[in-house]
Amino acid sequence: MSNKNAHAVEHSGTDYMLLGKILVLLMFFTFATITITELDFGTLTLTVALLIAGVKSYFVIAYFMHLKHEGLLLKILVISVFILYILIVLITLIDYYYR
Amino acid sequence: MSNGVGKVEYVSYLEHKGKYTGIMSWLTTMDHKRISLMYMYGVMTFFFVGVVLGLTMKVEHLTPGETIMKAQTYNGVFTVHGIIMIFMVVIPGLSAVFGNFFLPILIGGKDVSFPKLNLFSWYLYITGSILAVVSQFMKAGPPDSGWTFYAPYSSSTGTSVIMATTAAFILGFSSILTGLNFIVTVHRMRAPGMKFFNMPLFPWSLYATAWIQLLATPVIGITLVMLIAERLFKIGFFDPALGGDPILFQHLFWIYSHPAVYVMILPAMGAITEIIPTFCQKKIYGYKAIALSSLAIAGVGFLVWGHHMYTSGMSENARWFFSLLTFIVAVPSAIKVFNWILTMYKGSIDLKPPFLYALSFIFLFIIGGTTGLLLGSVATNVQVHDTAFVVAHFHYIIFGGMGFAFFAAIHYWLPKMYGRMYNIKIANIAAVINFIGFNILYFPQFVIGMQGMPRRYYDYPAEFQPAQIFSSIGGFILAFGLVMMVWNLVKGARSGEKAPDNPWGGSTLEWTLPSPPSLENFDEAPVIKENPYDYK
Ligand code: HEM
Repeated sequence: MSNKNAHAVEHSGTDYMLLGKILVLLMFFTFATITITELDFGTLTLTVALLIAGVKSYFVIAYFMHLKHEGLLLKILVISVFILYILIVLITLIDYYYR
Repeated sequence: MSNGVGKVEYVSYLEHKGKYTGIMSWLTTMDHKRISLMYMYGVMTFFFVGVVLGLTMKVEHLTPGETIMKAQTYNGVFTVHGIIMIFMVVIPGLSAVFGNFFLPILIGGKDVSFPKLNLFSWYLYITGSILAVVSQFMKAGPPDSGWTFYAPYSSSTGTSVIMATTAAFILGFSSILTGLNFIVTVHRMRAPGMKFFNMPLFPWSLYATAWIQLLATPVIGITLVMLIAERLFKIGFFDPALGGDPILFQHLFWIYSHPAVYVMILPAMGAITEIIPTFCQKKIYGYKAIALSSLAIAGVGFLVWGHHMYTSGMSENARWFFSLLTFIVAVPSAIKVFNWILTMYKGSIDLKPPFLYALSFIFLFIIGGTTGLLLGSVATNVQVHDTAFVVAHFHYIIFGGMGFAFFAAIHYWLPKMYGRMYNIKIANIAAVINFIGFNILYFPQFVIGMQGMPRRYYDYPAEFQPAQIFSSIGGFILAFGLVMMVWNLVKGARSGEKAPDNPWGGSTLEWTLPSPPSLENFDEAPVIKENPYDYK
């Protein structure tokens, strides 16, 4: 299943051009993360920062860590981890917003 | 070495000659079975250090006021006792010891996925443990914050908190790497034909545990680094005097430490699930429900951490929300208990030591679990928070649950691990002594806790003395039983009678191997049964 797909990627050769483009994109987002600290989004500051971090993680996991070429099971597992992480942050915020 | 072709001459993993001999053959081994034994020797040694510290506290409790130690010494002793028992005994306990030995075997594999990483995890475990023990002898005095390291006290006390937290950080890495190793092992090392739902239930529980280790442990890692940064560089994360929020520490601490409770208990439940069908010679009742309830516990267990913080000043809405989630997490645990009992129903029960410990586990776990519900409800929690009631509750869960499951597992698998058998009669007597001693030690703590005896105090009002003395006597009965048990096991492992390959009539893969197994476990591809608990 997933092994086969991973091998398929190896055989077809890694697309360095694509990885290069993603690297540039990631650098852009890093720059954006720093820039937004200067802007005042009020209570949304945290949300915006986490959104940018989330998009960056997506690119790293999907392309650099090859999740895009893995089987469905691993994709579900990784997505579940993100859902869990979001839940943990949201539940913590219940305390902070209502305190 | 076997390459899967032809018959290979049997040499047990204990006698296998590698590049090195003697102690070096152990310190450089990458065999999951030897690494498991090395973990076991570490865990058992630290367990006894922890027990001695526990007993000194029980001696202190024999009279009100100072008996053998001052208040500050008591603070140090309960902190060190807690750190040792949690980070060095129960977290690595079942998963690193029995998980390492039996996970690959139960799924028909030759080893874990990353043997070198496995050995590295053990070195991290030993390094962290040594650091934790050394922190007790530093000039600044032993850490006195409790094993919970609550800020802002921990960021301001003059005792050696930094060393203890560094130790916990290193121990955490050991746990993360073991978790990672086990997840990959379950995904990649299963024998052909071993699908997820053909796996025995111990691997299922280890798999769920491994996810918690991998995802939750980094949270405590970073929290402890933040604490150290606050102490060293005065960065205000948690200390209100520096602009920090102490409740944030508690959130971060329990986001790890509550799931960590499931790191302790899930593999314990897994081991019990292996033992019960064997000693009832009956198929496990509700295989899928037990397998999936492990995942459910791991998942929901991540979301209930706030029940440790009802009295910390958290918002009212968060309190009822956490209380609700806490009641939900009890459901999958109860599913397991019902399934165990239904497995026993009409089984041909054989009261051997592993089964006696398994029964004790169920009894003690039910008491720990139901008192947990009492603590999970906000209204009752605020009455008994930080009292001896909590001390009794968590000892019933971690010691009565995980500790007794560890004893069950060692009595179950020792013949396979060493190829020798211990004295069954002595083991049975020790099991009964341990059970009685345990209840005498901890049950009175529920009662005096409800009457207002606070936890973490060396002193108490005179009215609690009879119960404290009763409890301390229980501590010594228990200690006697533990020494008897370990002496019998050590004697059995060294010079006991030769054990047959399948002494208990078990149906899972480890019992198809010779005792002790060979280096690569399976010389031929194992036959995978549709249901691992098929006793026909
Ligand atoms: C003979 C065995 C044991 C005895 C006599 C014992 C006794 C005690 C006592 C007297 C306390 C302090 C209560 C207080 O003043 O708050 C304590 C705390 C604690 N014990 Fe044990 N215990 C034993 C075994 C264990 C085991 C096996 C575990 C875990 C696996 C464990 C985990 C803890 C923890 C986490 C604490 C809390 C420390 C803190 O408050 O920071 N104990 N124990």
